[in-house]
Amino acid sequence: MNDQQRAKFEYLLRVGDNSLILGQRIAEWLGHGPQLEEDIASANVSLDLLGQARLWLTYAGKVEGRGRDEDALAFRRDQHEFHNCTMVELPNGMHSKRDYAFTILRRMLFDAYQGVLLPRLAQSADAEIAAIAAKSGKENDYHWRHSSDWLIRFGDGTEESHRRAQAALDGLWGYTAELFVSDSIDRAAAAAHLAPAAQSLREAWLAAVEPVIARATLLVPAATKFLSTGKSGAHSEHLGYVLAEMQFLQRAYPNAQW
Amino acid sequence: MVAASLDAAQVWRVLARIPDPEIPVITITELGIVRDVRLESGVVEVSITPTYSGCPAMDMIERDVLARLREAGCCEVRVRTVLAPAWTTDWIAEDAKARLREYGIAPPARRTPGVDAQRIHLHARAVPCPNCASARTERISEFGSTACKAHYRCLECLEPFDYFKPL
Repeated sequence: MNDQQRAKFEYLLRVGDNSLILGQRIAEWLGHGPQLEEDIASANVSLDLLGQARLWLTYAGKVEGRGRDEDALAFRRDQHEFHNCTMVELPNGMHSKRDYAFTILRRMLFDAYQGVLLPRLAQSADAEIAAIAAKSGKENDYHWRHSSDWLIRFGDGTEESHRRAQAALDGLWGYTAELFVSDSIDRAAAAAHLAPAAQSLREAWLAAVEPVIARATLLVPAATKFLSTGKSGAHSEHLGYVLAEMQFLQRAYPNAQW
Repeated sequence: MVAASLDAAQVWRVLARIPDPEIPVITITELGIVRDVRLESGVVEVSITPTYSGCPAMDMIERDVLARLREAGCCEVRVRTVLAPAWTTDWIAEDAKARLREYGIAPPARRTPGVDAQRIHLHARAVPCPNCASARTERISEFGSTACKAHYRCLECLEPFDYFKPL
């Protein structure tokens, strides 16, 4: 791979890994949803994200040209080779294993990001990127409707749901900065007209999330200098646990099929 | 060559008899996911576009297409997945929508870009009940029994029902 292909490969991993890891986190809710409908909603969203990840990773493997398919990339890479943003690998709650307010709030922030990113990727100079993005974007509209509706109910709900939604927003807000800071990979992808510049997405993203946060009667936390680094491969301690569970079977029984 | 015995129109006719694995009252051609059929030097290539990226029925549909075309006498069959243009519920045939309703699934409304792009959606659009046709229905959940459906309830006849979401 030359530098340009290398950047394209890694950019595709970023988009694909975001969907894969968040899909895996949401799947942890299966059988534990706060109500049956939400259990089913989690399964649906998780499945969409997994399907999108398969498309992105399959294409990443083609670009890399070393014969790695979606499974090789999902199950046989180690932590530092994953390029998802840190936000999606965090557990489903800050102070407990599963907090639905936290899960929904993260989804709302991510769904809004996808809602801004995917239409721009649908304009990519690369036809395959454009096709996957256009397809995924339509599915994401339903995810966004679901997460933003619930966030408003939580924020503008009971004292307890409001408190938990605000705590989740306070805890997660700092992790969104990573999405809008360009590094060398983002710059190379933008220069090749494969993807929009990361910083160019922030304004539209704020225009999506701020009215929902306001309607949920929540307060946007003050900006800090914290910057997470998951997309460059430097992750929090949490990703290892996600991979340990997700990759166990293929590590223990290589190439197992059923 | 056995494969040469089927022309494109015949291949389409075979495909038009393959039911959707999850909604057996409509076929895969009525669903609008078969995008192209090509015959080249004895090889039949069928292009299919996925409904939802994560829809588990897609693998089964691919297997059904291969099996049914081989039964019909095609030796070499290939299924190709195409992503663009992305599938839309607007491609579902009108008479198939009527059959969905009879089956108890409210068919998808035509997509209205301006309304669908709305950012806040606490109030769902009105979906007529497939059982009693009442417009007094409410959305229980944006997600239902399969990726393509939402869950509704009729406030008139009290029946719960699936709504095929516009995509």
